[in-house]
Amino acid sequence: MQAASIPGGERSILERSPLARVPDRVLRYGLTALAALILALIVYFFLRLVGEAKPAFEKFGVLGFTFGNDWNVNAEVFGALPLLIGTLITSGLALLIGVPVAVATAIYATELCPARLRGPLTLLVELLAAVPSVVYGLWGIFFLAPKLQPAEQWVADRLSFVPFIGGGTVTIPNYFIAGLVLAIMILPIVSAISREVMTTVPSDHKEAALGLGATRWEMIRIAVLPYCRGGIIGGAMLGLGRAIGETIAVTILIGDAPQLGHHLFGQGYSLAAVIANEFGEAQGLHRSALFAAGLVLFVLTLVVNAIARVIVIRASRGRGSSLSDNTAVGGPLLAETAAGV
Amino acid sequence: MSAHGASAGHLARFAMSPARRRRDRLARGGMLAATLLALVPLGLIVYYLLSKGLSSWSPDFFTTDPTGNTFFKNESIGGIKSAIIGTIEIVALASAISIPIGIAVAVWLVEYGKDSWFASSVRFFVDVLTGVPSIIFGLFIYIALIVGTGTTYAGYKGSLALSLLMLPVVIRSAEVVLLLVPDSLRESALALGAPRWRVIGRIVLPTALPGMLTGVLLAIARAAGETAPLLFTAGETLKTNTNLSQFTNALPLQIYYDVTSPTTSVVERAWGAALTLVVMILLLNVTARLIARRSRLS
Repeated sequence: MQAASIPGGERSILERSPLARVPDRVLRYGLTALAALILALIVYFFLRLVGEAKPAFEKFGVLGFTFGNDWNVNAEVFGALPLLIGTLITSGLALLIGVPVAVATAIYATELCPARLRGPLTLLVELLAAVPSVVYGLWGIFFLAPKLQPAEQWVADRLSFVPFIGGGTVTIPNYFIAGLVLAIMILPIVSAISREVMTTVPSDHKEAALGLGATRWEMIRIAVLPYCRGGIIGGAMLGLGRAIGETIAVTILIGDAPQLGHHLFGQGYSLAAVIANEFGEAQGLHRSALFAAGLVLFVLTLVVNAIARVIVIRASRGRGSSLSDNTAVGGPLLAETAAGV
Repeated sequence: MSAHGASAGHLARFAMSPARRRRDRLARGGMLAATLLALVPLGLIVYYLLSKGLSSWSPDFFTTDPTGNTFFKNESIGGIKSAIIGTIEIVALASAISIPIGIAVAVWLVEYGKDSWFASSVRFFVDVLTGVPSIIFGLFIYIALIVGTGTTYAGYKGSLALSLLMLPVVIRSAEVVLLLVPDSLRESALALGAPRWRVIGRIVLPTALPGMLTGVLLAIARAAGETAPLLFTAGETLKTNTNLSQFTNALPLQIYYDVTSPTTSVVERAWGAALTLVVMILLLNVTARLIARRSRLS
């Protein structure tokens, strides 16, 4: 079939003139270049960070720096172990306290509460994500920490035979209070992802359990939770990533003791907090060491987040849900962005 | 399975054992208790923000700069004017940078990149950015624009750090909405002979606009509350300035410095500033949710 041609040309009248194709090309290659630029920028930033951290790594060795148990600014000796441990203790506590509550909230919102309450309840939990980190710090240090200090002291006294928890005086800023506030801060994201995964449980499964005579709770235990295990674990890992990187609230709440804390209710330090506190005045090797601490923090969050995403994606892809593959993969993760948590 | 089942003999075998019933009640009660527990901090934070913050609010509070005085009891410590204006300036510039770029990348992902390996790697890196701690963005900008150029802090450097933080949120939320634009709309426009760029500009973007606005507002709300990326980029100053190439104050910075002060009145200013910041962020959140509710896509 021969299409009519415009006079004097070989071009079909259905084709666009070469000139009219220019904006399309410009848009296409322009946008592609922009996307490539973002990749390049991330790689550039990463390499520069490595470059700035190099003097500290050269002086102490990568392992020597990361696992060295001494952070002494005056002696110019820098080992990040106390900071790393501080980060792990506080974010571990956040998971321990935050995840059970977040999952229970998600279960209540999706399976148990009256349909009318579901929206408002979800909204309230998500509002926790709208409170800025510095406000959590402010509230934690002037309200929560003083109010809880007697209770913490009571626990520390009763458990004085338990190493690391008992004994010692409770200070206002301490590991526990930082972990507790972190638990509140990661609650919305863990809850949002758990809820998102729970809504994908096929009603067939739930109805089958109920039809066999299961109580509501038994239905949740045998139909909902096993189905959501992957998603919940992934959500918890994303929460862990948040907790590890959280800076300002922890800086305010953990104190500034750059050595391994003697007990849970004493002051400590975390990777992010040491940067926030010391970077302003740091020079030379000290500054390089702080960049190195930043690099350790960056790599740590990268690993945790990568594992989290793989788990969440696998958890939502493994199911033959009615969602298309694309939404199923991104579903819970995109919900996280969409809800702003 | 009602309580009558146990008494009516022929129904007895359907009745639930008391132990199972008790466990069910207990578990459901536990879930409810945990949910209420999760809401306790929210209530406490709101209560304390209002009770402590409102008492430091006054016309002067919003119209004077902090004076930097923290020692002399009978001299004013000033308000938070420079912090409010600085936050608005820094966040506005950060939005002006990250929103167009973010939406452009999202358009590329949906319209051109699709499932190619390159698009997948862009998505992967954007997800990586989502997980990067906010203080690291501050370090990135510090290295590139302060160490790199041998200059000092400036408001626009703070904006750039915040825009890095906003970028992944804008890209991913815009992508979700763009994916929801029905292909039939694109195909109809293409069939009518519209070139690709006009399809994107006149059909896809306007359809997706309300939904994208939601994501954008949430990204702005998150950036407005961030302290860590501004610590070593925007600088510490008391003065109001409208020139982002100089040190610029911001609400989260002001709160952070005030929290660490030993003076009671300065801490009270922190509560007032915190209430102001939370109100600003809540307004953005509420607007975002209202727009999301009215959007046809979603």
